[in-house]
Amino acid sequence: MNELVPARNIGSYVPMIDGPEKVSGRAKYTADLLAPGMLAGRIYRSPYSHAEIIEVDVSEALRLPGVKAVVTGADCAATFGVLPIARSEHPLARDKVRYRGEPVAAVAAVDDATANKAISLIRLKVRELEAYYNSKEALAPGAVELHANRTGNIERDVLFELGSVEEGFRTADLVREGHYDCAEVCQNQMEMHAAIADYDAERERMTVHASTQVPYYVHLMLARILDMDMSRIRVIKPHVGGGFGCRTEALNVELIAALLARRAGGCVRLSVNREETFITHRGRPQTDIILRLGMRRDGRITAVECECWQRGGAHSGYGVVTILYAGSMLYAIYDLHNVKYVGKRVLTNTPPCGAFRGHGTVDIRFAFESLLDQMAHELKLDPIAVRRVNYLTAPTFTDNDLMVNSYGLPQCIDWVETASGWKTRKGRLGRDDRGRRRGLGFACSHYISGASKPVNWTGEPHATVKIKLDFDGSIVVLSGAADIGQGSTTILAQTVAEVLGLELPRVRVVTGDSEVVPKDNGSYSSRVTFMVGNAAIEAAHNLKRVLVAAAARRLEAKPEEIECLGEVYRAGAQDKGLAFNEVVTEALKDTGTITVTGNYSTIPESHGGKKYRGAAIGGTMGYSYSAQVVEVSVDEETGEVNIDKVWVAHDCGKALNRLTVEGQVQGSVWMGMGQAMSEETAYHDGLMITGNMLDYRVPTIADSPPIEVGIIESNDPHGPFGAKEAGEGSLAAFLPALTNAVADAIGVRFNELPVTPDRVFAALEKQRRGRNGRKSGNGSEGTSASRRPG
Amino acid sequence: MARLVGMMLNGRARVDAVPDNLLLLDYLREVVGLTGTKTGCDGGECGACTVLVDDRPRLSCLTLAAAVDGSRVDTVESLGRDGRLSAVQRGFHEKLGSQCGYCTPGFIMASAGLLRRNPRPTDNEICEALGSNICRCTGYVKIIEAVRYAAELHAAGTSP
Repeated sequence: MNELVPARNIGSYVPMIDGPEKVSGRAKYTADLLAPGMLAGRIYRSPYSHAEIIEVDVSEALRLPGVKAVVTGADCAATFGVLPIARSEHPLARDKVRYRGEPVAAVAAVDDATANKAISLIRLKVRELEAYYNSKEALAPGAVELHANRTGNIERDVLFELGSVEEGFRTADLVREGHYDCAEVCQNQMEMHAAIADYDAERERMTVHASTQVPYYVHLMLARILDMDMSRIRVIKPHVGGGFGCRTEALNVELIAALLARRAGGCVRLSVNREETFITHRGRPQTDIILRLGMRRDGRITAVECECWQRGGAHSGYGVVTILYAGSMLYAIYDLHNVKYVGKRVLTNTPPCGAFRGHGTVDIRFAFESLLDQMAHELKLDPIAVRRVNYLTAPTFTDNDLMVNSYGLPQCIDWVETASGWKTRKGRLGRDDRGRRRGLGFACSHYISGASKPVNWTGEPHATVKIKLDFDGSIVVLSGAADIGQGSTTILAQTVAEVLGLELPRVRVVTGDSEVVPKDNGSYSSRVTFMVGNAAIEAAHNLKRVLVAAAARRLEAKPEEIECLGEVYRAGAQDKGLAFNEVVTEALKDTGTITVTGNYSTIPESHGGKKYRGAAIGGTMGYSYSAQVVEVSVDEETGEVNIDKVWVAHDCGKALNRLTVEGQVQGSVWMGMGQAMSEETAYHDGLMITGNMLDYRVPTIADSPPIEVGIIESNDPHGPFGAKEAGEGSLAAFLPALTNAVADAIGVRFNELPVTPDRVFAALEKQRRGRNGRKSGNGSEGTSASRRPG
Repeated sequence: MARLVGMMLNGRARVDAVPDNLLLLDYLREVVGLTGTKTGCDGGECGACTVLVDDRPRLSCLTLAAAVDGSRVDTVESLGRDGRLSAVQRGFHEKLGSQCGYCTPGFIMASAGLLRRNPRPTDNEICEALGSNICRCTGYVKIIEAVRYAAELHAAGTSP
């Protein structure tokens, strides 16, 4: 009777169910949706960093034949922004421009050439203001304020002290302070931003296709900006070419496209180019950190004092959340008490930052894990042993009330320790056959599986999934979850198929159209597998109950006697049972088409505490954990650092799909490598000079190491089949693991990112000059950011 | 100015009146409607627009449509046989060489070009052939596995 074993869909290597479209060129992304008569949109951007607008003259552009619409800030008084408390941005600047490249006007024309010509005819008159390109300048006394209601250019300052750092430092055997400076980085996802807005003037309805991670937030902001009833708006998310956080809020691109479409009474495609995609930004802010740690002789951490300045750019965006995450996520990885955090989110005349993968946690983790390594070295302790004496014991609540139920960090550390040969190789690698000095570095990181309180709190469940079952016997899953390449659509199919014991081909997943699917908050903070996955499981159980009841009726048995074997339902082991389609036919008799719902809500215990303002940030149902060992070789002649190998172990609770978990973990590690090694935005008087993929140096296949993944399964009690997040938590650990490895190789510790060859070369030169009989050691020398912004 | 440009595009002969300054990329996407070939940058930075011209990988964003007059041009839509995926396509799908999928057509065409001239590439040869294509999702680890697997499938008789 082997054929009656229900299908297993969880825990194996499952290629993505939308993979065939992607590899055949059939997958349609927003810019691929060509339609006859579509107008070309184009944005006129500010050539000034900070200025009062005196006049935007579009009269000549309007007169150009072929121009169908021109819009400026005068056409839209409403503001947008992802946080209800900080909606500071106009889709097109009004009164002031605050960064170079900020949209000021836009045109829609019959073709690109006409649109470009029209843009060249727009005249902007301004009175220039002093502009600030770093936190220190913006915070200086007397600086011109970017926004009327943000005193001193501070978007948000955060202060908390839990326990007593004074007491903690008093009981320490070693206290050390490190200064860290992490460059601003940008997601630079492969698909450039695009939106197609189609206005039906006859019915007064707007349809927008957008390259977004959050169709629901785009829907909300379209209604606000257009001053239209939400019921007249439809948002469609086609295939999306990556996001990594830059599309976790409505962007000016889709809002401007809609303003143009309504003005033109037609369909406008607004595809911005790579440079404009960089300027739209929403990347990780340049961050200055001063960190002090107290440590006992055995490695136990006794106190943490952290100051953090984020150069947030010209608008609020996610800024308040980012600066809060940086503080709250000091916790939930080690057992910490006596922690003080001072955070400042600063407004500057640079493009607005956002929620880059690992939101708020990455630069802080770099500082923390670097200083731990340095202090371990000073105390002659194994860096791994230092982590081991600071483990949490789950289940527990941290001092800032974060709920930790599953904690696979010890297993992650054990795995990388063994896989990398740490015990026998650390500190003993010497030189390779080309004379390069080799080293091993270690670090840890963690991340949330969705924020327990959504930024847009409505009181609804966190996630809702519908399943439709009709005469054809196909299981149609309806979800608003936005697949941006991470594979959420596949996970939904797998979870539903698993509960029902069916093979994947019987399941279809419909997503991405507000007209059809239930609302979903979107793909950010690694919430989808956990929250939407749990909702899908509940929906599938509800469907199974309907099917079991129908089978019981037909078989004249009690529902509890029915055995569900996926394609067969039977009442006893000897019964040959009913085929799935027969059960469906029976089930449809009472109600016709069956639809069931599954919901998911987080529990109040996971919502974080009230010990300080903003303490809810960081609360989640489950933390993922990651440990990494990085092996490098450093060329002393050129300063070039080569990554030879990475071992990474990630506690994702339970790997629902081992193939996509591996892919997500490798992708995270690699993105951390880009930030650590080469990626960095740069501005000249506010003009972004790295707005392309050559100057913004993304690692190529030739620069990229083998990344060996260990999957650790701590089986979270609340996770879907025990799962937690897998797509972000492994990013942060790469940065300090890399600098720790470089310190192991050459005895120089880099506290400024990225670790470019010129920085390494300069540090080696300094080391060579200073080596007059004085013995240097790992941890005793360092390149340190001396800047203290305010 | 426009001129008549003829090519063998994905195995079909085709002639169009093409402006002199029209890029092959825009010709494929906007004139022919083959949107599988992607625009990923402002010119020559990312490899997403890679197509094969007479079996050799070419960046269609740096190539004028008029310049391929008389050539054989293959895009991602040309791969596969009888509606089934080709070896390279299967490699990228089954080994997760593709996540968001946006860079994928470019990687697949660069890989197909590699396998047509070198059916058994080493890892170094794979990296060299794909060195000017950028992917932001995978970290490239599974892309290398995908091409290795494609070479095996190809050796066993699947079309590249």
